[in-house]
Amino acid sequence: MDFIGVPVSEDTTNTKNKVKKTMKRQKPFQEPVDNGSVEESESAGSSFPPTFSLSTIKNKQRRHLMFMKLKQEKRKQKLELRKKRKKERDALGDKAPPKDVPKTIENQRVYDETTVDPEDEEVAFDEGTDEFSAYFNKLTNPKVLITTSDRPRGRTVRFCEQLATVIPNAHVYYRRGLALKRIIPQCVSRNFTYLMVINEDRKVPNGMVLCHLPDGPTAHFKVSSVRLRKEMKRRGKDPTEHHPEVILNNFSTRLGHSIGRMFAALFPHDPHFVGRQVATFHNQRDFIFFRFHRYIFKNEKRVGIQELGPRFTLKLRSLQKGTFDSKFGEYEWVHKRHEMDSSRRKFHL
Amino acid sequence: MQHDDVIWDLIGSKQFCSYKVKTKTKNFCRNEYNTTGLCNRQSCPLANSQYATVREEKGRCYLYMKVIERAAFPARMWEKVKLSECYERALQEIDENLIYWPRYYRHKCKQRFTKITQYLIRIRKLTLKRQRKLVPLSRKVERREKRREEKALIAAQLDNAIEKELLERLKQGTYGDIYNFPIHAFDKALEKQDEESESEAEEEDDEEGEDEDKGRREFVADDEIEESDLSDFEDMNNLKVSDEEEGDSSEEEEETEEEMEGSPGAKSKGKTPLKGPVRKKRPYVEIEYEQETEPAPKSKAS
Repeated sequence: MDFIGVPVSEDTTNTKNKVKKTMKRQKPFQEPVDNGSVEESESAGSSFPPTFSLSTIKNKQRRHLMFMKLKQEKRKQKLELRKKRKKERDALGDKAPPKDVPKTIENQRVYDETTVDPEDEEVAFDEGTDEFSAYFNKLTNPKVLITTSDRPRGRTVRFCEQLATVIPNAHVYYRRGLALKRIIPQCVSRNFTYLMVINEDRKVPNGMVLCHLPDGPTAHFKVSSVRLRKEMKRRGKDPTEHHPEVILNNFSTRLGHSIGRMFAALFPHDPHFVGRQVATFHNQRDFIFFRFHRYIFKNEKRVGIQELGPRFTLKLRSLQKGTFDSKFGEYEWVHKRHEMDSSRRKFHL
Repeated sequence: MQHDDVIWDLIGSKQFCSYKVKTKTKNFCRNEYNTTGLCNRQSCPLANSQYATVREEKGRCYLYMKVIERAAFPARMWEKVKLSECYERALQEIDENLIYWPRYYRHKCKQRFTKITQYLIRIRKLTLKRQRKLVPLSRKVERREKRREEKALIAAQLDNAIEKELLERLKQGTYGDIYNFPIHAFDKALEKQDEESESEAEEEDDEEGEDEDKGRREFVADDEIEESDLSDFEDMNNLKVSDEEEGDSSEEEEETEEEMEGSPGAKSKGKTPLKGPVRKKRPYVEIEYEQETEPAPKSKAS
């Protein structure tokens, strides 16, 4: 009896697969003999007719296998290219062209036309006469009132307490259902310079309203990743009563400048260097990271820092002229998601 | 003829009433004209041809009355009377309108009216207070923000940035004299001083050369301690130590003098820096002396 082989439609792919697999199996035998020939056979094995594509293989396992092999080959080619380039670079030695600067988001940032030039006179003039000029001319000393939204829960309360230790001359008061608009005139009459309201949602602080008091701007932030003191790893002892220094990093635009000045005005003028404490507001891609450290200079080139104190990140949601008035206030800047979040390289602070 | 009993018989328990809400313990009536809200024989507006309720519309209360005479005209069945804003006067109005009605309806209407006014007052009070605005979170946006924050944190390299800033401040001298290692200024001053001293040394060498040619004597201190054959080692040690101390102190004095000369700007308080100036080894010659001392004559006690 003659058996006629039934032609199967997937014959071609099977054979190709088998070819590849046999190649793979032959490799360990061929390797010790001759490396060059292996590479040639591999490259010969991977030269498929141009109409071939991975997606035509119906069998998932085989398709996956082929895909992995493809990836490996690509990786190998990339590695070879890199090695070649490195060899060339080494061969050239000093004459080699300088390495390319890798692209980062900070490099590729869309240039913001409101970026402040350090020598800009107009900006300097504005800053000399804005709401913070009183502080920066050393006329007033900061006095901060920290409060929460209604009925704060454990974490928020502890967060407020820790904030009060970090910011000198800060007082925590409970809200008890008072309206902010009524609190503000009382604060002004008692010579407070700042009102800080921590908003809470589901027992976790999630928002902050920072209001500079004698009719200063009001900033509304989204607060995230709050770490209380006991959750910090390798933290130091509690902060002392010394006035900390302030570091403000990367506030480059006009908006960033005004926010930076807002943060700076929270702390008293004369930092006690004896205390060796520093509060940092670092802006990166519109996120403001707050950290509180104690530093010690080991020698003139090295400094050790130890984190105390709470840490949190802020994202500016809106900046409003005048004291807190969400309905009728005049907004200087509002974060509009559809307009402002469309580009990944555009930042506003 | 209005057949209330038949209606109640049917919808009360036997058959279906679409306004009835059954719960484990009680039956409620969802009919908007119901005064009490319960499903009772007396409270059912369908099973009573004479009925009265109080309802509020946009903050104003109205008394609704249904009488058997208008049972045939459903469009005109309910008579609507606006009640006054004043609480007591409205109660009087209810009394006047339901003057010959059974006590039950008067009582229930007044009760309902009281409840309505109470909740209207509460609404007005609450609208004056701050109201919590619930803002919906978009999950996609929140996730995106969280991821961006993580990436930004990694890109920020906070510790490095802070350390760099602090070192910058130290270099610029914002900390003043608190820290003992103003070594940058020190090193610069040292370099200057070295340059000066080199130039001076050249001049001095020339001068010295000239002096030596003239035949001057120079007295050079010897660093090494002379070894002698004294038997008293303690004294020797004392001598040694004292010599060493003297030698060292003299060296130190000279060096500190040099330092003071070299850094008029930098104030050195307390300890000298670790990287001190390199001590120049002066040329020295080792000389050994041998001394023969006769033992002291022993005096015998006689």
